[in-house]
Amino acid sequence: MIKRIVAITITVLVLGITAAHAQEVKVGVNLPYTGIGAEFAQLVDRGMELYLKLNADKVKPYKITLIRRDVKDPSGANAKIAVQELLTQDNVDVLAGWIYSPNAIASAPIVTAGKKLAVIMNAGTAHITNLSPYYVRTSFSMWHAGYALGEASAKILHAKTAVVGYTDFPPGKDSLAAFKRSFEANGGKVVDEIPMGGAGAVPDFTPFFQRAKDKKPDLFFVFVPAGDHAAAVVKTYAALGMRDAGIKLIGPGDITQDTKLQAMGSAAVGLITMHHYHADLDNPENKRFVEAWKKEYGATSTPDFMAVGGYDGMAAIVHVTQALKGKIEADAALEALKSWKFASPRGPISIDPVTRDIVMNEYLSEAVMKDGRVFQKVIGKLDGVKDACKEQKIGPCAPPAK
Amino acid sequence: MTLQAAGWFEHPAAVALARRHRLRAWEPIPWLLAVAFYFVFPKYLGFGTELLITVLFAISLDLVLGYAGIVTLGHAAFFGAGAYTVGILAKRAIWNEPMSGLVMAALVAALIGLGSGLVLLRTQGLTLLMLTLCTMALLEEAANLAHDYTGGFDGLDSLPIAPLLGTFEFNPLYPRTQYLYVLSVLFVCFIVVRTLVYSPFGQSLTGIRENTLRMHAVGAPVRRRLVLCYTLSAAIAGVAGGIWAQANAYVNLGTLGLDRAATVLIILVLGGYGRLYGAFVGAVAYMALSHFLSKFYPTAWQLGLGLLLVVIALFARNGILGIAEAAARRLRPRATP
Amino acid sequence: MILGVDVASMLLGGVAAGMVLFIVSVGLSVTMGLMGFVNLAHGGFAMLGGYAIAQAMKLWGLGFVAALVFGFVVTALVSAVLERLLYSRLYRASELDQVLFTIGLVFMMIASVTVLVGPENQPLKLPPFLQGQLNLGITHYRTYSVVLIVVGVVIVSGLWLGFERTRTGAQIRAAVDNRRMAESLGINIGRLFTLTFAFGSGMAALGGGLGAEFLGLDPQYALKYLVYFLIVVAVGGLGRVTGVFYAALLIGVLDFTLKKYMPQGGTAFIYALTILLLLWRPQGLFGAKTA
Repeated sequence: MIKRIVAITITVLVLGITAAHAQEVKVGVNLPYTGIGAEFAQLVDRGMELYLKLNADKVKPYKITLIRRDVKDPSGANAKIAVQELLTQDNVDVLAGWIYSPNAIASAPIVTAGKKLAVIMNAGTAHITNLSPYYVRTSFSMWHAGYALGEASAKILHAKTAVVGYTDFPPGKDSLAAFKRSFEANGGKVVDEIPMGGAGAVPDFTPFFQRAKDKKPDLFFVFVPAGDHAAAVVKTYAALGMRDAGIKLIGPGDITQDTKLQAMGSAAVGLITMHHYHADLDNPENKRFVEAWKKEYGATSTPDFMAVGGYDGMAAIVHVTQALKGKIEADAALEALKSWKFASPRGPISIDPVTRDIVMNEYLSEAVMKDGRVFQKVIGKLDGVKDACKEQKIGPCAPPAK
Repeated sequence: MTLQAAGWFEHPAAVALARRHRLRAWEPIPWLLAVAFYFVFPKYLGFGTELLITVLFAISLDLVLGYAGIVTLGHAAFFGAGAYTVGILAKRAIWNEPMSGLVMAALVAALIGLGSGLVLLRTQGLTLLMLTLCTMALLEEAANLAHDYTGGFDGLDSLPIAPLLGTFEFNPLYPRTQYLYVLSVLFVCFIVVRTLVYSPFGQSLTGIRENTLRMHAVGAPVRRRLVLCYTLSAAIAGVAGGIWAQANAYVNLGTLGLDRAATVLIILVLGGYGRLYGAFVGAVAYMALSHFLSKFYPTAWQLGLGLLLVVIALFARNGILGIAEAAARRLRPRATP
Repeated sequence: MILGVDVASMLLGGVAAGMVLFIVSVGLSVTMGLMGFVNLAHGGFAMLGGYAIAQAMKLWGLGFVAALVFGFVVTALVSAVLERLLYSRLYRASELDQVLFTIGLVFMMIASVTVLVGPENQPLKLPPFLQGQLNLGITHYRTYSVVLIVVGVVIVSGLWLGFERTRTGAQIRAAVDNRRMAESLGINIGRLFTLTFAFGSGMAALGGGLGAEFLGLDPQYALKYLVYFLIVVAVGGLGRVTGVFYAALLIGVLDFTLKKYMPQGGTAFIYALTILLLLWRPQGLFGAKTA
């Protein structure tokens, strides 16, 4: 009798524990919570949090727990240890985060060895998703905006010549390559390429911009990392009188990052960008997203493309959790994401089943003044854009040899 | 360890030297702890490996800073040189055997140390500090520009490092091999440095640190000794960098950066320079604190770390070991003659 | 004519950049020269000052100029307190203990500002009269750069006069050259240190606010540009106001020119240049023969 009771108790306990275990999904988040990327980490983190908050009913009956790790810098080393420990100590079910491309590159072998779904929420160097079969990207590739903008510059803006200024690190070079390829394929000509210092600190942009101005191009395409760089770019552009000289400033949306845009003020007016998201996009999901964001984090704060990377990444994780009933196995998760369709604040998105990179709309926008604030007016739209680098198998974007 | 020989061994200076060289009772403790760590914390070996590499790097810095009195902010130049040597050789499929790879890393770093030491060691103080820093920054720029060889900002990933001794694979997720390998290399390098600093050569370095003019006066070849010391230190820093690249199967610009150079300097000063074991104490204190604080307070951990540095600087002379020594002296006022 | 315009715009841009370097670095040079204190927290004071300025403008709607004054005063006061309470304990400590202390202080500054204000960049909005372009006859140029140059010239003249023509200035010069002798002449070194330190930190705050237009302003400012400030101090010579001024101008103009005509080399120029200058003149271009 006692034996039976003990047996039953144990069975119940074991079942209970298994059930409880199935309820919780642990997401290991690696982000630079301190250092130069702290601001970006906060945006992505808030994006994830907000998804969970707004969609509590979609998460049920599971519980998503975020285990956060500070990776401090883009050196790769700290990110590597963070990912390693998230896998071996915390036994996370899913990995997420990655602001900096070098960190995603350094982590790739561990992600592969750890066999867990890994959602990249920002890092944009094009070929990263080739480095591990478990990487899925919900942010963007530098080629998404760069390639689309090259074509739009020739066809929509009717430009003949352009100067490219870029921050001298891989996303910058990616952006230059993407823009140049499609701009010149459509009859344009890049007349000068100016590397403008590294990503670590904001340089004084004046000498580079002066050089660009002297070349008298139709367009000045600028890629700099979002954040402080962008604010300085717009200020310098305005202060050097390049607009009056008839040179249009264009670039991926990093130069009009929402969190910096209002501070730029009238200096930003006339900027033309190609990007997959900005807070002024007119769709119901985005309205709800921006409204909830302001309610949660203050009326002056705003989401931006980084926040949406975190938001959509969390949506992907929740989708996988539901599809696999809380037991997330990497290969099954990848399978589940192949058919995933999501109405994101940036418009409809999906994951390319071959490259595991995001497929999304790109918006050509112009900054205008409206009701005393800078407003990004959509003037053109491309549907279902894929990463052109992997589509055309350029350099390291060619599929890895098996 | 008693002295039995006759002749010059009986010279008071030789006796004093030998006494200092004597193994103290507590010296095996850090090594036993390092071995115990392997068994007790199998899930922290990634962190442990990084910690041991930092100790090795800090020891190389201690040789120039603590013993020869050369204050440098550019020591990561040699760490990076070693790391890129291993990285480029492995990535280009020229050489990927780990142990001989370390020798090459040491040679390349030593060569750079020799070249820059010959030019830079004429100066001192702030000037030397800035010169070493700028040299390192130049190397970092060069590595950034030589994108085809170094991978630029992205670095060289997935280095195909051969198994250790042909059998032990470097597993990226459970770095057991890496930990033991690094521990062994650290031990060998430590023995070399320890022998070196207690040798007459090491003593003359200390003499230069304490009073350069007098060393000139007694006819010691000051410049030559400083350059030699700098070169040896560079070689060990190169080993640290090389083994970092092997353990991580990865190199990037961070290995050459000011962050790394400044951190190792802070670690050494925090632990206490000029005493070899300061590198251990400083690395454990700094890295454990920042690792665990950043785990629990991802956004505010720097406050605690900063506080530790400020308190140690204000209330201890020469780092944590300085406190320990003061305490030991107080407990045993007449323990040593 | 085209060449003239080119040269003019280059000089203006480079000199303006140099002025920011000068305003921030001058305090560092004097404290290092006078007190022999390796104060790596100097960039931290520039950052704190910048934040005080930005917050004053944002929260109380203070004007740009008033906010600059406010930032100067607040930072000078805070640094004077820190100097009396903490720094003064370490005057006789080794350089390395000073490095440890000031780096720890920087970490605490960065973490506090991140927690209290947030990690994001603080926009400093310039008043309208400082925005846009100014017609200089031969060329149009960024108004703010021109104003910066004027401000820089005023500051350096003021400092020069203060250094050369006032009693306190003479005392500082005396103490830089020979501290023991100055002490034995009855100069109150402690008071001099506090005064200089507070003033230097106030200048850093001013530089943080004035330079935010080019360099931005976020918690990491405290460390990001420290190398540049140290380079200027080393090249200019410790404790030399005019030395720092010329070094800042030299580096500002050369950096600007090289970046414009050979952007490929990235930031390498400035480092190579520093190495060459310091090998040629180890005590800095204007430093004393022995330091």
